Amino acid sequence: MEKRVAHVVAAAALAMIVQLPAAHAQKKQLTLCWAAWDPANALVELSKDFTAKTGVQMKFEFVPWTSFADRFLNELNSKGKLCDLMIGDSQWIGGAAENGHYVKLNEFFDKNGIKMSDFLPATVLGYSEWPKGKPSYWALPAMGDAVGWTYRKDWFSRPELRAEFKQKYKRDLAPPRTYDELKQIGEFFQGRMIDGKKVYGVYLFTERGSEGITMGVTNVLYNYGFDYSDPHKPYKMDGVVNSADAVRGLEFYKSLYQCCTAPGLTNAYMSEGLDAFKSGQVAMQMNWFAFFPGLYKDPKVGGDRIGFFPNPGAKKHFTQLGGQGISVVSYSANRDAALQYIKWFAQPDVQKKWWSLGGYSCHKAVLNDPGFKSSAPFAADFLASMQMVKDFWAEPSYAELMLAMQKRVHDFVVANKGTAKQALDSLVADWTRVFKDDGKL
Amino acid sequence: MSADGANGKGSPPAPRGPSLVERAAALTPAVLARRVRGLSDRTVAWLFISPTILLLLAITIFPLIWTVKLSFTNYRANRPNAEIHGVGIDNYVRVLTDADVWAAMQATAHFLFWTLLLQTVLGFALAYFLDRRFRGHGFWATVILIPMMLSPAVVGNFWTFLYQPQIGLWNYAVEFVTGIPADSFSMIGSIDLAPWSIIIVDTWMWTPYVALICLAGLRSIPGYIYEAAEVDRASRWRQFWTITVPMSLPFIMLAVLFRGIENFKMFDMVNLLTNGGPGSTTELASITLKREAFEKWRTGYSSAFAIILFVTVFGLANIYVRALNRVKSR
Repeated sequence: MEKRVAHVVAAAALAMIVQLPAAHAQKKQLTLCWAAWDPANALVELSKDFTAKTGVQMKFEFVPWTSFADRFLNELNSKGKLCDLMIGDSQWIGGAAENGHYVKLNEFFDKNGIKMSDFLPATVLGYSEWPKGKPSYWALPAMGDAVGWTYRKDWFSRPELRAEFKQKYKRDLAPPRTYDELKQIGEFFQGRMIDGKKVYGVYLFTERGSEGITMGVTNVLYNYGFDYSDPHKPYKMDGVVNSADAVRGLEFYKSLYQCCTAPGLTNAYMSEGLDAFKSGQVAMQMNWFAFFPGLYKDPKVGGDRIGFFPNPGAKKHFTQLGGQGISVVSYSANRDAALQYIKWFAQPDVQKKWWSLGGYSCHKAVLNDPGFKSSAPFAADFLASMQMVKDFWAEPSYAELMLAMQKRVHDFVVANKGTAKQALDSLVADWTRVFKDDGKL
Repeated sequence: MSADGANGKGSPPAPRGPSLVERAAALTPAVLARRVRGLSDRTVAWLFISPTILLLLAITIFPLIWTVKLSFTNYRANRPNAEIHGVGIDNYVRVLTDADVWAAMQATAHFLFWTLLLQTVLGFALAYFLDRRFRGHGFWATVILIPMMLSPAVVGNFWTFLYQPQIGLWNYAVEFVTGIPADSFSMIGSIDLAPWSIIIVDTWMWTPYVALICLAGLRSIPGYIYEAAEVDRASRWRQFWTITVPMSLPFIMLAVLFRGIENFKMFDMVNLLTNGGPGSTTELASITLKREAFEKWRTGYSSAFAIILFVTVFGLANIYVRALNRVKSR
C-alpha cells in the first residue's frame, strides 16, 4: 500500500514538473486597451491567431467612446500598468510621445524590418509620427478610419421620389458630391412620410462632452477652406481659423443642423447615429467608416438598402481623419511580448485577415491589392477618403484644444448663441492662450 | 427581589471571578502597566482619538493644503516631465476674470435659486399635506419618497429619454395638456428650456427630501399650542402663519441649507442629463471644474477654482448657519 502511495506521489510530482513550462507559457498575458466598438470585436477574433502562434494570452480592456479618452488618458497620466498595448486616438500621439507614455518604435522597426513606407502615408503621418512630418514613430498604423456617409439606397431608388426630386432640383436623386447637394437632399427628405413613418434628412454629430461636434464640424469646415494655422507660420491662427471661408463653413453646418436633422439631436455622436439609421429615421448619416461593415450586415437597413459615399466637397475636398495606431505603453511590464504583438500585427497576411474580419488595415499590401476596391461596398469610398484626410491638432495640449472647440461650436450650432465669426474668434483666443501657456507662442 | 435574593436571604454572596478588566490588567506586563498608570486622562483620551485625527489629516486636511499649494503653480497632472514653478496669484486672477467661469457661476445661481424656491414651497406643501394623517398617508408618504431613493446617474439617464422629443413621455404630456406638438420642442436641446429641464428633474427628485424634513418640523409642534389658539379663536390661516410656519422654520432652513450645499456642487445628474449643454447653457460650476481639472488637465488653475468655490460655499454656509441659530434661539 505504502509503495502504491509513493508511486502516485511520484507520478503527480513528475506531472507537475512536466506541466510547469506550459503553465508558465499560459500565464503570459498581454492587455490591449481600446474603444468598445465593432472593430474591437474583430481584433479579439484576429488576436486568437497571435495566441495560437505564441502562447501569449490576450486580454482586452474596451471602453465606450464617450469615456475612452477620459479613462485611458488617466491611465497613461497615472503611469498605470493596466495596458501593455494601447490603440490610442490619433490626437494623443503628441502628448503620449512628449510625456513618455509610449515606447519609441524606430529602433524596433529597423531591427524587425518593419517599414513605414508599407503603410498609407496619411496614416503614418496621422497615427505614428511625432513631431509631425519627422520620421519619429510612436505607433504602428492599426485602424484606418475617416468620416464617411451612409444613405438609404432603397429610398433613393424609389421611382416616385426620384421623379419628384428631379422635377424639383433638375437632377437625379443620387449620392451628393457637394455639400450644397447634400443639403438639398436633406431638405427633400426632411419630415417626409415613408412607409407610414416620419423621416429626417441628415444625421450629424452634435455631441458636446468629448469630441463629437468638433469631428462633425471640421469634416465640413475643411471643405470650405478652414485650416488650423497658417501653413507657412506654425501656430499663426488668426485669419485662418476664423477666415471668411471658415465662417461660411460653420454657418453651413448650422444651417444643415437646423434644416435637416431630427428634433432633439443636440448631443449625439456615433452610437446615436447608428441607432437613428438602423431605426429607419434618416436618409443620410454622417459616421465613421469603422461602423460601415456592421451597418452593411444589419438585417433591417443593410445589404441592398444601404449605400455609401465619401464626404462631399465644397470649395475644397477633405474629410476628417479618424483611426488609431497601436503603441506599446512605457509602463508595461511585458514590453517584449507587446513588441512581439506589434511585429506579428505588421505582417501583410495578418493585415489581410484584419481587413477581412472588419478592421480597416492601413497596409499597402491590403489597400493596393487590385481586388480591394471591390472587396466591400464601402472599400472604394474608404480608399478615396484616406487620400483626402485631415486631422485635428495632435499637440500635447490636444484635450484643451479639443474642449475649447467643442464649447465654441456647440454654443453656436446647437445653443444658437452669437455668430459664427464670434465663435471662431473666441476659438482663436482660446487656442492662442493654450499655445502661449505651452510656450509655443 | 433583592440583589441577593437569588442566593437566599442571609446567605453570603458567592465569590465572583476576576472581571475582564481585572484579567487584562493582570496580563499587562508590569513595565507597561507602570507607564500607562502614569498617563493622565487627557493623554489617554488623545491616544484614543489620535488615529481618527491622523486619518482625517491624511484624507481631508492634507489634500486641502496640497490643493492650496498647487493653486499657486503652473502644475498639470498630465505633464509629469514639465517643470513646475510658482505663478503667484495668476491662477486666481485668471479664474476670476474668466467669462466662462462667470457664465458657469450664473448658471449655478439660476439653478440654485429656482431649485431651492420650488423645493421649499412644494416640499413644505407636501409635508403639510402628509401631516393631515389621512387614510393611507403612510403608503403615499413612501411612494412620494421613491425619486430620492434613485441614483442621480439613473435619474439623469432616464430623464434624457423622458425629454426626448420623439419618444419622450414628457413631451407627450405637454402636448396633451397644452396642444403644443411633442416634436416641436426639445427640453434639453433648447437654450431657453434646458436650464428649466434640470430644475424640473432636481425638484422632482429632491422635493420629497425637503418634505421629509419639514414633516419632522411640523410633527415637532406640540398639539397644545394649536389647542390654545383654538381657545383664543384664532383662524386656521392665522394659526398657520403664527404657529406652523415660525415653529417649523428652523427645519425648513435646515432643509434649504442641505439642498443648497448639495446643489452648489451638483454634477452627476446634470452631467448625464445635458452634459452642460446645449452649448454651455447648463454648465454648472462643478462641471466646468471637472472639465478644467480632468479633461483639460489645468491642475493649478482648477485648484484655484476649487478653492474659490470652497471658500464661497463655506462663507455662505457660515452666514446661513448664523441666521439659522438666530431663528432657533427666538
